[in-house]
Amino acid sequence: MYLSTITISLRPSILDVQGKAVELGIHTLGMNTVSNVRIGKSIHMNVEASSEEEAKKITEEACKKLLANTVMEDFSFTVKKV
Amino acid sequence: MSLSKVKFGVVVFPGSNCDHDAYHAAKHVFHQDAEFLWHKDTDLKSSDVIILPGGFSYGDYLRTGAIARFSPIMNEVINFANNGGVVIGICNGFQVLCESGLLPGVLMRNESLLFSCKHVSLRVEHNESRFTSKHNAGDVISIPIAHGDGNYFAEPEIIRSLEDHQQVLFRYSDANGKITAEANPNGSINNIAGIMNKNKNVMGMMPHPERACESELGSSDGTKIFESIINSFVLQTV
Repeated sequence: MYLSTITISLRPSILDVQGKAVELGIHTLGMNTVSNVRIGKSIHMNVEASSEEEAKKITEEACKKLLANTVMEDFSFTVKKV
Repeated sequence: MSLSKVKFGVVVFPGSNCDHDAYHAAKHVFHQDAEFLWHKDTDLKSSDVIILPGGFSYGDYLRTGAIARFSPIMNEVINFANNGGVVIGICNGFQVLCESGLLPGVLMRNESLLFSCKHVSLRVEHNESRFTSKHNAGDVISIPIAHGDGNYFAEPEIIRSLEDHQQVLFRYSDANGKITAEANPNGSINNIAGIMNKNKNVMGMMPHPERACESELGSSDGTKIFESIINSFVLQTV
């Protein structure tokens, strides 16, 4: 069994309006050294696979077909044996 | 279809909430045949037109329309569309069409981050489509919107292709048909409110024409869109 940890974020070229709003909130706290806030999703899932390579393949397929919309999002992931 | 009536199949996903509005418009306002199609069905029941209605299919989980796109009925809808069948997606239905690849691009979170629920003015870009033939190019219509994710985005080359092929059917405008930033309720590129595919048989729009077909509802400006679609079948059978 493998644990896949996936991070999905808006592509850098796309204005992240949620990130901008949160950044404004952080600045309101007086934390003016914070910038470039980007909001994404974190997805964790167990994958039954016979090897790490197979687990990665399955995870990538899930990302491409459903978890991320590559028109606007990038994804990255790590796979760990559990 | 029968010779006299067009049959509208209205897909019902868990979370759809404009399915009855679409059914009502087709059946009671325009006196056509209409039937609901459950998302687990795999039969389009001889529908001539498929409507993917507004709502919050699957709770908008993950992304709007992302999970609905894998409903069993969608395989049939995609085959139907790829064989020239007429499919329209309204609001959440537009999002499902983009997720399924039947239309290009994606609907992102509104630039304002606010859910926007109001009547807006739309400029009809041209009438050379089965969705707008009853209009004149440049008509300005008042149609309600109700969405939080209506910010149309696609890569520049996709936008160029949409514009070059006259696939943009509706743009957010002011009451005089002028395309301005102030008239854009969600940040959509080029004020795009509705598009069709290159084959001109699939149309998606964020505003709700089915909610603007009777004067009692505040506007009947959505009627010509339905009449255009119905008329396109009548013309075929003459």
